Amino acid sequence: MKRLITLIIALGLALPAIAQQTPGDKQTEAITIEGATAHLGNGETIESSLIMFEDGKITFVGDSKMRIARKGKIIDATGKHVYPGFIAPAKTLGLVEIDAVRASKDEDEIGDFIPHVRSLIAYNAESKVVESMRPNGVLIGQIAPSGGLISGTSSIVQFDAWNWEDAAIKVDDGIHLNWPSTFKQGRWWAGEDPGYHPNKDYAEQIDAIASFLKNAQAYGKSTPKEVNPAFAAMKGIFDGSQKLYVHADDEKQIIDAVNTLKSNGSKEIVLIGGYHAYKIPDFLKSNNIPVLVQFTHNLPVFDDDDYDLPYKLPKLLVDAGLLVGIQNSEAANFQTRNLPFYAGQAAQMGLDKEKAVQLITGNTAKILGIDDQYGTLENGKSATLFISEGDALDMAGNRLTHVFIDGRTVSLETHQTELWKRYMGKYEGK
Amino acid sequence: MKKLFFALCLLGYGTFLNAQDYFPENAGVKVNNNNYTAFTNAKIYVTPTQVIENGTLLIQHGKVVNASSTVSIPKNAVVIDLQGKSIYPSFIDVYSKFGVEQAKKKPGRGRSAQYEPSREGYYWNDHIMPENKAIEKFTYDDKEAKKLREAGFGVVNSHIHDGIARGTGVLIALNGEGTNANRILDDRSAQYFSLSRSIAKGQSYPSSLMGTLALLRQMYSDADWYAKGNATTTDLSLEALNDNKNLVQIFEAKDKSHDLRVDKIGDANGIQYTILGGGNEFERIEEIKATNAKFILPINFPDAYDVSNPYAVDYVSLQDMRYWNQAPSNPKVLADNGIQFSLTTYDLKSPSNFKQKLMKAIEYGLSSTKALEALTTVPAEILGKSNEIGSLKAGHLANFLITSGDVFDKSTTLYENWVQGTKSVINSMDVKDIRGDYKLMVQGKTYDVAISGEVSKPKIEVKQDTAKLNSKIKYDDNWVTMSFATKKDDKTYRMIGAVTESSDNLSGRLVLPDGTESKFTATKSKSFAEKESEKEKATAAKNIVPVKFPNVGYGFATKPKAENTLFKNATVWTSEDAGVLENTDVLVKNGKIVKIGKDLNAGGAKVIDATGKHLTAGIIDEHSHIAALSVNESGQNSSAEVKMEDVVDPEHMGIYRSLAGGVTSLQLLHGSANPIGGRSAILKLKWGEEADGLIYDNSPKFIKFALGENVKQSNWGSYSRFPQTRMGVEQLYMNYFQRAKEYDTKKKNGEPYRYDEEMEVLAEILNGERFISCHSYVQSEINMMMKVAEHFGFRVNTFTHILEGYKVADKMAEHGVGAGTFSDWWAYKFEVNDAIPYNAAIMQKQGVVTAINSDDREMIRRLNQEAAKTIKYGGMTELEAWKMVTINPAKLLHLDDRVGSIKVGKDADLVLWSGSPLSVYSKAEKTMIEGVTYFDLETDKKNRDAIKKERNDLVTMMLKEKSSGKKTQSPKQSIKRDFTCESL
Repeated sequence: MKRLITLIIALGLALPAIAQQTPGDKQTEAITIEGATAHLGNGETIESSLIMFEDGKITFVGDSKMRIARKGKIIDATGKHVYPGFIAPAKTLGLVEIDAVRASKDEDEIGDFIPHVRSLIAYNAESKVVESMRPNGVLIGQIAPSGGLISGTSSIVQFDAWNWEDAAIKVDDGIHLNWPSTFKQGRWWAGEDPGYHPNKDYAEQIDAIASFLKNAQAYGKSTPKEVNPAFAAMKGIFDGSQKLYVHADDEKQIIDAVNTLKSNGSKEIVLIGGYHAYKIPDFLKSNNIPVLVQFTHNLPVFDDDDYDLPYKLPKLLVDAGLLVGIQNSEAANFQTRNLPFYAGQAAQMGLDKEKAVQLITGNTAKILGIDDQYGTLENGKSATLFISEGDALDMAGNRLTHVFIDGRTVSLETHQTELWKRYMGKYEGK
Repeated sequence: MKKLFFALCLLGYGTFLNAQDYFPENAGVKVNNNNYTAFTNAKIYVTPTQVIENGTLLIQHGKVVNASSTVSIPKNAVVIDLQGKSIYPSFIDVYSKFGVEQAKKKPGRGRSAQYEPSREGYYWNDHIMPENKAIEKFTYDDKEAKKLREAGFGVVNSHIHDGIARGTGVLIALNGEGTNANRILDDRSAQYFSLSRSIAKGQSYPSSLMGTLALLRQMYSDADWYAKGNATTTDLSLEALNDNKNLVQIFEAKDKSHDLRVDKIGDANGIQYTILGGGNEFERIEEIKATNAKFILPINFPDAYDVSNPYAVDYVSLQDMRYWNQAPSNPKVLADNGIQFSLTTYDLKSPSNFKQKLMKAIEYGLSSTKALEALTTVPAEILGKSNEIGSLKAGHLANFLITSGDVFDKSTTLYENWVQGTKSVINSMDVKDIRGDYKLMVQGKTYDVAISGEVSKPKIEVKQDTAKLNSKIKYDDNWVTMSFATKKDDKTYRMIGAVTESSDNLSGRLVLPDGTESKFTATKSKSFAEKESEKEKATAAKNIVPVKFPNVGYGFATKPKAENTLFKNATVWTSEDAGVLENTDVLVKNGKIVKIGKDLNAGGAKVIDATGKHLTAGIIDEHSHIAALSVNESGQNSSAEVKMEDVVDPEHMGIYRSLAGGVTSLQLLHGSANPIGGRSAILKLKWGEEADGLIYDNSPKFIKFALGENVKQSNWGSYSRFPQTRMGVEQLYMNYFQRAKEYDTKKKNGEPYRYDEEMEVLAEILNGERFISCHSYVQSEINMMMKVAEHFGFRVNTFTHILEGYKVADKMAEHGVGAGTFSDWWAYKFEVNDAIPYNAAIMQKQGVVTAINSDDREMIRRLNQEAAKTIKYGGMTELEAWKMVTINPAKLLHLDDRVGSIKVGKDADLVLWSGSPLSVYSKAEKTMIEGVTYFDLETDKKNRDAIKKERNDLVTMMLKEKSSGKKTQSPKQSIKRDFTCESL
């Protein structure tokens, strides 16, 4: 009884009168942004730029000195900056609302091999956490299930939608696999040494993964009389229409993962995590593996590591010639709005600032396979972009004035700005 | 038959003992054996330093009568000639479990905590059991006694190894005969303590190290109060504690820093504990020496890590590798520093490992004399039994070892271990030494046989030409059995022969592979000699890497010193009204800021060109849990008695990493498990100092309070502890403060009262001497807390987290409370649903002194960036933003007269940044505390190389260890648990 009451109260308060900001209307009028420094997301900038978009698509990207007719509504963005919408891969955004409230969690289903479990249908387009991404420039996310070995199938969404169907950019884009750890932490609460010890079950777990892949592959070659949903869901991995996102960090894990997956028919493999990827860039390059490296605002894993190793991981990988994006799959969802600052941190370590921008725009779009429409400011691509008053990778400069997703004007208000305004009003008599 | 013979032997020797002479005798006639036994021609160690080269030891009735070179041997003496052999006092272990039934682990009882004690008539806390008596749980364990005697021990001191106060021990002579009447030398040999909860008891308090220390303090104060007759009830625990007061007090600390912690408790109560160390005392030898304690040292030195898999090496920290390398030198370092210690077998798998570990300590420089003292005279002294055991002076127990030579030499044989005049044969003295090289003739073929190893446990190697053959040897009761198998066809030849005094050759029956019996002869060609090279190797100086401060990666070779420094031409962020000063110099002398201005004269100070760089005050984190060994005392809903100052961990890598992020000071807060938490430690991050060196001098007094979900235990399945609601939280405060007020009134009026550390602390709050930093989220509870404070006439100092502070900022300003908050955290639990990143800006604008804090070991490294977020969220100016991590937290901590800004007279806690401190692109290049540079980017780079090199050196050593056949352990990554305020 008490629990029921708690639940009712929780629901009552968790979903208060203010729902998500109303999604923007379809673009009807052309929009021109003039004078801003454009960060194209491909490593290039245009100092004083001219950008135009119509019907949700970019129609012009160039220099503002161009003598060309300005179309529609003109936004003077002199002194400001324009960026393609930032992209957050491998997140449970919209699947978890409040970490400590179990009733609000939908990210981790029971089972070790459940590729048939799909994130998209549980994605809450009206999540207050999701809407809080937008004022920081994070406009697109890959929504991925978590837990188990094969956690399920992700989809890619944009962050201004009425429902999950509206939100979807790429449905069932990939499958997420958590590679077993080579070292395992002792259960300190059960009296074990809290340190990490070699995982005795490692070989067995790898064998289970390989066996699952072999079976799924064999299943796909036949015309089965009975449907096996888990095997069936793997089809895209073997024909290359879906990507296999493998979460692995240490050197042995990465090598075992790539070798096992490749030899079992996986076509498109993306490494997520990659703490030790910088030690084996040639291996990754020769296997054509892009890396969604762990976020920079993280602690070194080992005491003797350089204090700034997480800060410089992206730079180390970029310098080695790999295709690199940044993700923060292990951080709480609300932290995802700090994605631009993770990229900024990489620039602190000496990575070229525009290459840092690529880590959360053009590169990520390429890795996720949505670069035909998103990730860079280019003619013909989706008008998913924003204007910031300052450098969007720097905390003090990231102050957004305009956000567009597929050309639609997106509200910069959130649950949080509304509370801010309400209480400033209280104190300042407005 | 053999058993009967053995029993007869025992009876025979048993007659040496006369202790039970008033017992009736019904098995025969009553006799006493008043004969003497004289051991002649031996090298006798009367004490480790008093050695008689060719002496006689005379014993009678289980005691030493005399030991000297001029003993006149009585006529009724049995004389044993020990020509060429040595006699040592047998060893004593002060810290044993021998024969005492140990506590058994209580099976888990689910999630519901047990807050109440399970006993009646005893102390309120089940883990305090001074009334326990080892003697009541003692049964002589013949098997274990034999193992201990084989390892050289004659007396052990045992107790119940369970609980915080453990009661008294029992001192046992390992006399294989007679009865406990002889063996029990003392049935109240010492009083024992530890820092570990009872495994047999389920009471939740104390759940932490700091709770344990607080409990010990309260226990002593209660015992004193009880002794003075103030109690109206009976407390058998306190009675026992008081009764045991004059015994030797032994404390199990098991770590260098715990050694210091328990010694402090002893000092406060006029007790000098003998301390069971952890084996890492060498890392802080100066402080260990200053305790003036005697130590009991474990010698369970770690095995090398198996680093043959290069990937696995990553997981082993330099700290752990170093510990493997350095630990065997612990006894030597203590000896060199004049610290008295004994050695113990308590954490060894078996006493049989003792000699090998001891040899290692000796290889690492422990002198034989010190080793012998640590096993004889020192333990006797620790136990207050120097007139009875530990040496072979007249009147002492006849507990001694007969050996073939130096007792600490690898090849020495221990023949006999006598306890109370009772002989135990370990290795027969009559065994002939058959070791050496032989030529063996079998069926016309010659084989080379080499017998080595120990006299009574020889090893064999059989070679045909140069090929080594599989071979075996056994040597028992003067019969030798050998076998070998030929290489080609794996045919086994077996031999057996009697060893005689008359011939050095071996001969006897040979059994051929086909079963045919024949004869063999092995002609001795050379006697056995220890290979010189091996001996040399054993005594060669060990390659011990130097100890660092702290002794982990990135530690200093020597503790760094303050330097007078002139920062030239910097952009100076003063965090004062002066704002940001361009092209300005700052002069640091004797740890203080002495001048700020243009073109300052260095006057001998080291000049740092800060052109293009930014100089700020060090960042202060008002809310942190790094560098702590525990964070919550969750055993009770109020824990004001505990102190974070008791559990500072100066070796936590978080300290170094925070320095690299420009942090110089922090408040180490208790967690948020309880409405009334524990007292804070306010630290300067002086990397390399011992725990107390990090704590501010004259530190302002703070305590953590907490509200909301955590104290209600909402997010885990706990439904039994009060309070479960915010309503209950208020009543808990009202009750505690009312009681504290009444307590304080009593005290102030001079009425008798029982000292209660918890009430003392709460009274400090009421009297305005201690400040509250209160974990808080929603507006209702924030308001409530202020009203409770106002009711009792004090002010809440700081609300921390305070994520809905913006909703009651006006009330907070009126109350006069400050705020320490996150820049942008939310959505992690239900009560932070309305948390907004504009919070800091709103509160600041309403006149609340506001700081941005971390409560996070990662975020603390970039609080400068978190401060910059207040510009994005809420439009703070750069100056206001910067104050949120410098002068504002200094104000909250009442330290703004000492730190938090760049102002003449303040501590030189400074950070030199590569650019604006508010930019994501800037990094801290130098971090200074009181003129000492604790972090420097250039030094850090050198450290990285040094760490790589040292790791590689140690890995090479460990690989060698493995390839030489030594035991190794599998690699592991040691983890210090990292805390947030929710960690239990």
